[in-house]
Amino acid sequence: MRFSPDSRLECVDLACERGDNLLFEELGFVVSGGDICQVHGANGSGKTSLLRILCTLAVPERGEVRWCGEPVSRQPDRFRANLSYIGHHNGVKGELSPLENLRAAISLSPSRSDADPAAALERAGLYGYEDVPCRFLSAGQKRRVAIARLLLSSAQLWILDEPVTALDVQGVADFQALLERHAENGGMVVITSHQPLVFGRIETKMVHL
Amino acid sequence: MNTVHPGLARAFAAMVRRDLRLAYYKRSDLANPLLFFVIVATLFPFGVGSDPEQLRHIAPGVIWVAALLATLLGLDGLFKPDFEDGTLEQMALSPHPLAVLVLAKILVHWMVSGIPLIVITPIIALLLNLDPALLPVMLGSLAVGTPSLSLIGAIGVALTAGMRRGGVLLTLLVLPLYVPVLIFGANLLQAAASGLPVAGQFYVLAAIGMLALALAPLAAAAALRISLE
Repeated sequence: MRFSPDSRLECVDLACERGDNLLFEELGFVVSGGDICQVHGANGSGKTSLLRILCTLAVPERGEVRWCGEPVSRQPDRFRANLSYIGHHNGVKGELSPLENLRAAISLSPSRSDADPAAALERAGLYGYEDVPCRFLSAGQKRRVAIARLLLSSAQLWILDEPVTALDVQGVADFQALLERHAENGGMVVITSHQPLVFGRIETKMVHL
Repeated sequence: MNTVHPGLARAFAAMVRRDLRLAYYKRSDLANPLLFFVIVATLFPFGVGSDPEQLRHIAPGVIWVAALLATLLGLDGLFKPDFEDGTLEQMALSPHPLAVLVLAKILVHWMVSGIPLIVITPIIALLLNLDPALLPVMLGSLAVGTPSLSLIGAIGVALTAGMRRGGVLLTLLVLPLYVPVLIFGANLLQAAASGLPVAGQFYVLAAIGMLALALAPLAAAAALRISLE
């Protein structure tokens, strides 16, 4: 799948406050098709807050986020159709099996026309766990269910908050390859990670908080 | 390769299916409010005495109050689990209006909490010596009134979803809003017992229900977005 190369995510003069603390201000950057953008910063510097602002879950103190030149606050639903988000919580129901979780996810958000939940789980390394209730899975396996959701999504923009925590070494390598493939197809990735991520073919953009 | 945009109806149906399935997997949680309803209703004869005439007189009010409190007890699980495991974030980030997805959740809540209350009411009515001729009216009033309880309650739970101990606040927020439903529901049965026409009260209950149906999902969705921030 090739994404439109003209799409861009722009942050203009963003400022974020938590309580009385100013986390960041005058933050501006652009993510265009094919970019992997890694957000750096110490604990508490506002990485998660920034990502939540980018995906419309939070409202910035000042400034705005634009998708293809238009402020996302104006037509948030149109922006959300292009967005896939993995936060601190996986968004996985413990009582449901991975397969049931993915089926619920693809009826909520736009997905690829060849989306096959079972195949996505296999690619995410959960073959044989399709029908096990997710609460019996390990932290890393639950994360893999969330990653399988990314595989099904047709979103151009992936916003990922510490996605590789709890993943094993092979899992991290596979995930990096997945991000790289997404970027090569014209996708965009905004990611935070304390683990260094190395992409062979694509240069990551850095945003420092 | 193309993109499949699931329509709103499909998202709504999927939400209903998912929540019904969750309710089935957590059957014991469902029994809780229902047991509470039965216990509260059966405790009254111990408290006020077992004079059949007196019980017959207070039965409609007792059933309504017990139904109201039982609904309140079951409300806590409406958004909190979704809030805690991040599925609510995913709902909020889907391109569909959150209010419609919230409505699906409220519908399931009523199906698994309101309908069982109505089904078990004939037994409670027998226990409390309710006039059998009044039973259809009693069930009718519950059928029209309990959806409002789920809808109005959803606003309260949405506001308190992000709080660790929102239980007391929820009661304070929601119970005053339940009072009109209680007044018209209980009054309807008093009127029926005295042989008066009850259409007026039915219409008011239905009007409250329609108002809640139109506004509560929007208010709950807005409250959830605030809770998520």
